[in-house]
Amino acid sequence: MTWDIVVIGAGAGGLSAALAAQDDHVKVLVLEREAVLGGILNQCIHNGFGLHEFEEDLTGPEYAERFIDAFHERGIDLRLETTVMGLHETRNGFVVEAFDRRAGKLDIQTRAVILSSGCYERTRGQIRIPGERPAGVMPAGSAQRYLNIEGYLVGKEVFILGSGDIGLIMARRMTLEGATVKGIAEIMPYSNGLTRNIAQCLEDFDIPLYLSHTVTDIRGADRLEGITIEAVDEDFRVIEGTKKDFAVDCLLLSVGLIPDTMVLESLDVKMHPHTRGPKVDHTFHTSVEGLFACGNALHVHDLVDDVSEESRRAGRCAKDYVRKSLGKGETQLELIAGEGIAYTVPSTIDLSRFDDLIRCAFRVKRKAQTATFKLIQDDTVIASRKARFVAPAEMEHIDIGPDDLKGGHAPVTLIMEV
Amino acid sequence: MVHEFTCIVCPVGCRLRVDKGGEVSGHKCKRGIVYATEETTHPTRMLTTTVKVNSRVAKRLSVRTSRPIPKAAMFDVMQALATVEARVPVNIHDVIIHNVAGTDVDIIATRRLAT
Repeated sequence: MTWDIVVIGAGAGGLSAALAAQDDHVKVLVLEREAVLGGILNQCIHNGFGLHEFEEDLTGPEYAERFIDAFHERGIDLRLETTVMGLHETRNGFVVEAFDRRAGKLDIQTRAVILSSGCYERTRGQIRIPGERPAGVMPAGSAQRYLNIEGYLVGKEVFILGSGDIGLIMARRMTLEGATVKGIAEIMPYSNGLTRNIAQCLEDFDIPLYLSHTVTDIRGADRLEGITIEAVDEDFRVIEGTKKDFAVDCLLLSVGLIPDTMVLESLDVKMHPHTRGPKVDHTFHTSVEGLFACGNALHVHDLVDDVSEESRRAGRCAKDYVRKSLGKGETQLELIAGEGIAYTVPSTIDLSRFDDLIRCAFRVKRKAQTATFKLIQDDTVIASRKARFVAPAEMEHIDIGPDDLKGGHAPVTLIMEV
Repeated sequence: MVHEFTCIVCPVGCRLRVDKGGEVSGHKCKRGIVYATEETTHPTRMLTTTVKVNSRVAKRLSVRTSRPIPKAAMFDVMQALATVEARVPVNIHDVIIHNVAGTDVDIIATRRLAT
């Protein structure tokens, strides 16, 4: 049996993509390595989800439940506890090599694949903190899973490196569970977390935030005993004489997330050097015909609502690809991250697919009170949008109408003016 | 005295100002006015946490308060939940504890655990 679309991962991205892709004519199979649907949302027990998608303030599990209910109502085919090992191209699609906990190894034939496998956390090894190697140092999301799903509090005296959202959320969560969070160090001069998380997770519990600081030593033979933080200058060089020691048994790392694209290893997929996900056009088509990507596997998002919205479009585009036998367009117009812009998703616009909304997601390089985003083609501004309080931690969007692209095949550059 | 703080109602995170007459500024939507007034008179928080559960797929059941509780009552509620054990099957929004820690607020499940 050959499927039309195999969706890898049943978190926020995969559920939304599958719901948009499946209909009476398009056979969709979802593969999920866990025993339950919902992905990372199950451990994100805090609220703040769904304000865009449902205009309600939901917790992660509640947000997931909305999609899970819709998914079951539609009777979309699903294999739980099935891990995808790799993808191989065939003459008219892919073989998905998977391992089902009960049935063993499976080779699943499909015409198209949507990669919605989420992301993984950067670890201590990836940021090279000096010091000893005791237990008690772990990524914040792992500690979140231990606490909220498995029921283990991984430390009593805690320090957190990195003020990304997971770090902030875990600072509150561990405080409520009886741990003492002695502080958060952030190497940047500002927090990378959402402002509401700084307000509710740190300010509410008087947890100190050390901006322009980083962890420079880790001590402990078996279990973590203490850490040292030091201030850094503009070039992230340690400033002498600024050492502060903290006696802690737990150091949580909230130092970045990276798209999990491990299953693409055997394919020749063009990757984006900044997002570290695959490069896609505005229909979420990667450089490999029939392979689509969305959600945190494409680029790391701060809001799940954005994942759902984006993945819905990816699912719809994959469905069009299968139903209308739309190949990947020959003419791909380049979208360039210009002045002040860290990256854009998509990287290109498929000129044969103007019927689809061209929504450009991007991140700015630095904070600004007010900014104007401009799309420039052939020295002409084809679209612009004003924004307030922009920050690298908060993803922005700008839409391009098909009529905006007057300059033919010339590349489009997105810039930020402050 | 002017109170200034970050609005947490939505991800926009407006910088709200409340002057001595209770006048709110800096908000982008009506919910900001409501939040600013509450935050200066009786601050409340939605409490999200977990309780022990006898499920096959998770050791903990995610729960929340049925509505926001006084900010000052958060640790009392955590204390009251320390000894609670939920039994499967649990449906989403099942009441796990009525009137927790005398707050007149219920603790409700935020996920479904069938087994």
